[in-house]
Amino acid sequence: MNIDKVNSGPNAEETTLLTQLHSRLEAEAEKSRLTDISYRVLDTPIGKLLLASTESGLVRVAFEIEGYDHILESLATKVSPRILQAPAKLDGVARQLDEYFAGTRHEFQLPLDLQLSTEFRRTVQLELGQIGYGQTLSYAQVAEKIGKPKAVRAVGTACATNPLPIVLPCHRVLRTDGSLGGYLGGLPTKLQLLELENPQRQTQPDPVLF
Amino acid sequence: MKQPFERVVQTHGLSVLRVCRALLDEHRAQDAWSETFLSALKAYPQLDQEANVQAWLVRIAHRKAIDELRKHRPEIVQAEVDAGDDVHSETPAQNLENLELWQVVKTLPEKQRLVIAYRYLGGLSYAQIAEVLSGTPEAARRAAADGIKNLRSKLDEAQAPGAKR
Repeated sequence: MNIDKVNSGPNAEETTLLTQLHSRLEAEAEKSRLTDISYRVLDTPIGKLLLASTESGLVRVAFEIEGYDHILESLATKVSPRILQAPAKLDGVARQLDEYFAGTRHEFQLPLDLQLSTEFRRTVQLELGQIGYGQTLSYAQVAEKIGKPKAVRAVGTACATNPLPIVLPCHRVLRTDGSLGGYLGGLPTKLQLLELENPQRQTQPDPVLF
Repeated sequence: MKQPFERVVQTHGLSVLRVCRALLDEHRAQDAWSETFLSALKAYPQLDQEANVQAWLVRIAHRKAIDELRKHRPEIVQAEVDAGDDVHSETPAQNLENLELWQVVKTLPEKQRLVIAYRYLGGLSYAQIAEVLSGTPEAARRAAADGIKNLRSKLDEAQAPGAKR
């Protein structure tokens, strides 16, 4: 027996117990309304997604390449540091996303929390929800729809800063020439989503610049 | 910048558990762990950015554990013995050593037990322990030294039960 051993990593029994205690903490924090943000990670055909919710609704969907640590730190600063991993709170969101990726859900019915967006960006991001499944619009068309035809670049920025990708389908916005434009989750992911929604889709190759 | 609370749980959950287990029987240790993190979650937004999170958590755990110890002092000795027996019979061999050590820590006088738990399980400095226990760092250091000495002789006894005869 050695006193130094007490500072070793968790053994199997401790690991199991800590998992149980964590679940209990999730439940008790929920009951006392102490958790401001609950999150979980969901496996999907486009990789792992981080899902985060406030009391008001879904506040963030993030791709793995955005860096989950960074996303959670940013939520801690901008919303609240009372953040807990609480998968049960996000069961509904996870189910709808599973259905979407299985091709059986074409519209999301979820309470959304767009507090991370400025008012203009919020207008654009909510407008994205009006683009039907399998349809696409250009950045210019979205600008026209919100009554600001000259704000094409700002619309692009609003799409690039969409806190709820997939759920608010910024992947359905393309350049006027039909090329993909940009995507926070990477262009292959954008293409994968467009093809999931419309398997017959012919993608315009991105024009060669210069 | 303040860390997401989940990271606090991941980083410090184990040491708080060990501190609670060193001070309380198994059932109350788990209650104390839960209450500690629940209280911590509540107070977390007000915690100073520069604060030592581990020391802060151990301080909360200390208050929870002391409440339990004061409330249930008459029963606690028996409860500890019972919990110890359960743990012995149910735990795989590789966990036994640490658990035995904790059982022995629990037999130390309260002050020594608290100081040992905060120093070796909670990772606090003597200055931080002094703050938690409202004493001086020197007294904490002395209690730890006495506790370790005590612990070593108890462990020697346990390892070689026949040696004294």
